[in-house]
Amino acid sequence: MQTIQDMMDTFIDKAELVSAKVSRVKTLEEAFAYTVALCDGKEMCPLLVSGCELNLSEPSMQLCREKTGKIVAAPGLDTEGTASLRALCEGKGLELIDHGLRRHLGGLDIGFTVCDLGIAETGTLVLDSSSEEVRLATMVCETHVAVLPQSKLRATSFDAEPELLEFMASTPNYLSFITGASRTADIERVLALGVHGPLELHILLWEDK
Amino acid sequence: MQDATTLKEYRDQCQEAIDDEFLRKAMDSFAKAYRTNRVKAFAGMNEKALIAEIAGAKDAAIVRLPELYEEFRAKAEQAGVHVHLAKTAAEANEIICQIAKDNGCQKIVKSKSMTAEETLLNHRLEADGLEVTETDLGEWIIQLRHEGPSHMVMPAIHLSRYQVADLFTDVTKKEQDSDIEKLVKVARRELRAKYIEADMGISGANFAVVETGAIGLVTNEGNARLVTTLPRVHVALCGVDKLTPTLHDALRIIKALPRNATGQAITSYVTWITGANACATGPQGKKEYHIVFLDNGRLAMAQDPDFRQILRCVRCGACANVCPVYRMVGGHRMGHIYIGAIGLLLTYFFHGRDKAKNLVQNCINCGACKEACVAGIDLPRLIKKVHARIQDEEGHALPSVLLGKVMSNRKLFHTLLKTAKWGQKPIKDGSTGYLRHLPMIFGKGQDFRALPGVADKAFRDEWPEIRPQVDNPRYRVALFSGCVQDFVYPEQMKAGVRVMDGHGVAMEYPMGQSCCGLPLVMMGESGPARDVAEQNVKAMDPSKFDYIITLCASCASHLKHTYPRMLGDDPELAEKARVFSEKVIDFSSFVYDVLGVGKDDFKEEGGQGKTAYHSPCHLCRGLGVTEAPRELLRQSGLNYAPSAEEDVCCGFGGTFSMKFPAESRELLHKKLDNVKASGAGELVSDCPGCVMQLRGGAEMRKDGLRVRHIAEALAERKK
Repeated sequence: MQTIQDMMDTFIDKAELVSAKVSRVKTLEEAFAYTVALCDGKEMCPLLVSGCELNLSEPSMQLCREKTGKIVAAPGLDTEGTASLRALCEGKGLELIDHGLRRHLGGLDIGFTVCDLGIAETGTLVLDSSSEEVRLATMVCETHVAVLPQSKLRATSFDAEPELLEFMASTPNYLSFITGASRTADIERVLALGVHGPLELHILLWEDK
Repeated sequence: MQDATTLKEYRDQCQEAIDDEFLRKAMDSFAKAYRTNRVKAFAGMNEKALIAEIAGAKDAAIVRLPELYEEFRAKAEQAGVHVHLAKTAAEANEIICQIAKDNGCQKIVKSKSMTAEETLLNHRLEADGLEVTETDLGEWIIQLRHEGPSHMVMPAIHLSRYQVADLFTDVTKKEQDSDIEKLVKVARRELRAKYIEADMGISGANFAVVETGAIGLVTNEGNARLVTTLPRVHVALCGVDKLTPTLHDALRIIKALPRNATGQAITSYVTWITGANACATGPQGKKEYHIVFLDNGRLAMAQDPDFRQILRCVRCGACANVCPVYRMVGGHRMGHIYIGAIGLLLTYFFHGRDKAKNLVQNCINCGACKEACVAGIDLPRLIKKVHARIQDEEGHALPSVLLGKVMSNRKLFHTLLKTAKWGQKPIKDGSTGYLRHLPMIFGKGQDFRALPGVADKAFRDEWPEIRPQVDNPRYRVALFSGCVQDFVYPEQMKAGVRVMDGHGVAMEYPMGQSCCGLPLVMMGESGPARDVAEQNVKAMDPSKFDYIITLCASCASHLKHTYPRMLGDDPELAEKARVFSEKVIDFSSFVYDVLGVGKDDFKEEGGQGKTAYHSPCHLCRGLGVTEAPRELLRQSGLNYAPSAEEDVCCGFGGTFSMKFPAESRELLHKKLDNVKASGAGELVSDCPGCVMQLRGGAEMRKDGLRVRHIAEALAERKK
């Protein structure tokens, strides 16, 4: 049986191999602060989302123009968490949304989620995405910030199997394994991140115990 | 998409591909990178055990597909899914068009599905006036070019960034840079707009998990998540072979599929969809969700005790990645819709004999695909079997029939070979032993290598004079020469005998032996192939010998693996064939592992220059022998110099090189270039066929490279 520490080491190692940025946080508050600082940072969250600076077709240019501010999407947080994150966002002039994401398909800066399980052997996050808002937050955003409670880390996918089955048993269910950012190598086998989904994945390991 | 109607037309298309410099370069760098990445990806894992487990679980599911389908349907329907079963490709397309009509859909986004390629779904949807956009980057690119995929995982691998930039310029009506990062971002934004407009999303499915009623989707780009989320209707098209009883089965496959496909431990996204999920724009806030299962011959295939293993395929594409022929000609020549070794098979079963009859001949039988297959499918053997089946259905080609007739009659065959000795007199160069020009029967394009004439005296005729007398032998062995060493290169056999001499080995050369039969299998002549197998097993009683030794890797692998299968249904011969095959051993393994020949047996002073090694396909993959020959080179003072891609096929492949000389030539030249780069002045191998190819090629290129059988090099170094 692997110790928690072994699992953490493996998880961090594997997640970083696929270019995820892994940090540790002690509280959820700390994760909120990380997210807001990330979006408020100099290079992050430019008004124009990636690709919009390029020569696009007219309809696509139009879609780019729909985004008019810096947006953090955090559906799926409880009331208290939402309020806490909203206060931080507003302090920095960022908009926090937790529903109605279909109105923001032109682009979101950060999608923030708390994950349900982690799989150490591959550096994988498991996220119950049955809520459409959660699916959109994690796909339409430029950067996905995912909090993984340490207690939810499992060594292998087989170890996570009973819990995965539990999720799937409460139908309907939409369960996602996420490992690194969205990627492609379809042009000349050159790796490029962010082909459809996030360009960056930040994982915050939460020492919840 | 390969659809040549004649073998000649097909060969010409392959030649065009070989002449495409970009394609060759792309394929070469991919082939090399893939090998390294795959090894890294499986490091520290018990790969063989994992493959066996996947194969076992798949086999157990394949025999109960109809019942799994019913269970899945019940489970999925409970969760609000509409489940359909389509008997044919046309029926599947029809069902999907009807769903679009019933729901008033106009615009469709698709994530990648090879099954939808199989049914040519887009054609059908577009014929109904629907707008279809592929969202996987590679699929989108080939859709815009009106092409089929050239690889199952990387469908646009045949295209350059410049071609993509031109294409995107057309699409956006704005000038595009050829920078790949930028092109990917352009696709990101252009496709984002498509997702938003779409009212129907079509995906494939890598798994349909019976215990949960879920489908599983394995993707890197994440497009499948958007395709299954944004539009109000979702249709998943899924081969019935994707039904798997448990989530555990699927998780197990996920441990292997991405590793084997792209060298990734897992893809960026794996998505599990169970039931009709929330969808803001759907009826009552729910997704209109359909799963269309496609039979298209799969359920019938599941009844065939041998071919049903094809249904184990997880569509990783590795059989193309490692195929030397694919590397040469690319996916548009190495498949109709499905590509690579599995593509040759699936083309026959899904798209018919006409589309498959030329394709199935383009397999060099090197076994690289079988070794890489994560589901343990015996691809090369099944390809030969399909070839034979097509010949049975369509009538055998005359040369193939003649070969069969001649070879299954040993006396006639050997008489012809001996007669050839006289017939070739005017064209055989007395000093070199090569034929000065090739007789007509060799056909066009064979002049890339010099070919040897038949030897003046066959090994069987020399045997009585050279047979060593051994008192109190340690081992009693039978020598199996195969035709090439018997009639063309008897000196290789003699060298082998000399290496074994003095080690207490009582050798016999049973005169009733004939060709091993592999060339007949390669030609799709399974009847005569069985006849010669029977002759050989009867010619040497395995109970009298400790080992049956052959210096030909191809013979060895054929005798060992194919004989028990070919003769297994004959109650008189089955047991004998089994014992026979158990006793078969290759020369290097016998000399090194059994006799323990080592340093002390060879001259003390080191040899001159360096020696490169070509690892024959049928030795390294066919028999799993890799160390014995290399150790012998090291211990004998031959100064073994490793070279790149030692275990990639030399391009001979027996009759393959006659049928596809251009491909054979390219493989040969690649091999000789690698040897040259190693700085070796000599090249040795364990197979007379490889020696014939490599020596003849080096001769034509004037490489100044000495090519010999390993036995000859070792005999020379013997004390």
